[in-house]
Amino acid sequence: MDLDLMLSSLPKLLVAAVVTLKLLSTSLFFGLIIGLLFAILRINKNIFINKFAYGYSYLFRGTPLLVQIFIIYFGLGQIEYLRSTFLWVILKEPYWCAIIAFTLNTGAYTSEILRSAFQTIKPGIIEAGKSLGISNKVIFYKIQIPIAIRQSLPAYGNEIILMMKGTSLASTVTLMDLTGVAKYIISTTFKPIEVFIVAGGIYLFMTFIIHNFIKYLEKKYSFSQ
Amino acid sequence: MNIIRKTILTVLTSLFVIGNVYADKIKIGTEGAYPPWNSKDASGNLIGFEVELAQELCAIMKHECTIVEQDWDGMIPALLMRKFDAIMAGMSITAERQKTITFSQGYADEVASLAVMKGSSLEGMDTPEGVNLSLGGSDVKKALKTLTGALAGKTVCTQTGTIHQNFLESGDVGSVNVRTYKTQDEVNLDLTSGRCDVALAAAVAFTDYADKSGKPVVLVGPTFSGGAFGNGVGVGIRQGGEDAIGKRDAKLLKDFNKAINTARKKGIISKLAIKHFGFDASM
Repeated sequence: MDLDLMLSSLPKLLVAAVVTLKLLSTSLFFGLIIGLLFAILRINKNIFINKFAYGYSYLFRGTPLLVQIFIIYFGLGQIEYLRSTFLWVILKEPYWCAIIAFTLNTGAYTSEILRSAFQTIKPGIIEAGKSLGISNKVIFYKIQIPIAIRQSLPAYGNEIILMMKGTSLASTVTLMDLTGVAKYIISTTFKPIEVFIVAGGIYLFMTFIIHNFIKYLEKKYSFSQ
Repeated sequence: MNIIRKTILTVLTSLFVIGNVYADKIKIGTEGAYPPWNSKDASGNLIGFEVELAQELCAIMKHECTIVEQDWDGMIPALLMRKFDAIMAGMSITAERQKTITFSQGYADEVASLAVMKGSSLEGMDTPEGVNLSLGGSDVKKALKTLTGALAGKTVCTQTGTIHQNFLESGDVGSVNVRTYKTQDEVNLDLTSGRCDVALAAAVAFTDYADKSGKPVVLVGPTFSGGAFGNGVGVGIRQGGEDAIGKRDAKLLKDFNKAINTARKKGIISKLAIKHFGFDASM
């Protein structure tokens, strides 16, 4: 064990962890919007809208994240027509390719988490609202959505942690995130064990923070209080 | 309690010993993704200059060999962890790597070069044909200055953990925007897509790709050798030691050196080099 190497690589890895957190927070933000949108489409009675939303979540939950990121980064980059459009401004950058892949992936999972949360809301609660003369719109925004979000917290916390680990795939498209920098240090020191232990420790610490934050939210919004 | 401890210890040591003393077959690690040095055919078999050379060297050593595939970025760690006994993967002999492993004498040498897509503004750079960084002098300085100007603000792509990356990060050509990839294939892909303005690798890696893909990839600027580019490509082997394994590694180094001598005298290396590179890259 090369303790000196572990200590000297720690600051570089911590800086890289910021990139990881940026990737994570950006894709979670857009993913949550997409997830909510598609969850609403999923509970729509119209079969076409419903199937369309289902198709999206099936596609992105049914293929590995690595394949998705490769198709978006290397695959789309090979289409000559695309390179002449304004889309190339975004797709040219590995950072945005990673964000697009992560967002679409987490959006698919989030939509399923929220959909099941919507469906577990007891009809009695909605009926109670109706009998009080509250409009459907207000029932949806003020009753269904808050309950669904509370219900989906534990599962969504899991999704955040999975996504955080998923961001390590950004290193496969040249991004210098936590895993990318760890690999870079290894390529000059040839000591994978030491460097990956430190990197793994940082991931573990981030998981610890996320886990406790979700736990705190669950407690705060629990029904029993 | 004692028995349990003993059993565990025996099992653990046997795990390590099996990996080590499995001595008679030499395992050689290669990347299989750096044509024409080493690559894979359509059905996944390892082919290329080094794969054939390894077989020739093993025949001379009268040793049975197996060639195993290993990703480039884990090549030296895998050697150190005894996943194989020798590296033949277009790995240049550099002082940096020699801190960790040792090398046989070089068996082939080949220059590095920048490459761009046809029509790039970097075409027609005013530099000498070749730059040997070990020589130094005003010509080299002038060429590096021209390159520094040409590469400023450009995205330069190269494979992770290579002499090419070391050179780009050495400061010899200023502080360039370097982007690193896991394999040379990915560098080629992003060069053609336009994400990379220019790429740096072994010159043959580009000409081979241009030939096979039909893409208009062209070499620009001088060819590079010496300095950060190392002293030719050799067989990477663990540094010898006093224990049984260390002695075996030391012997392996001697055997490889002898075999390379023989192969060179017989013209085997030249013949294979001409077959795969199109010119005599042997040394």
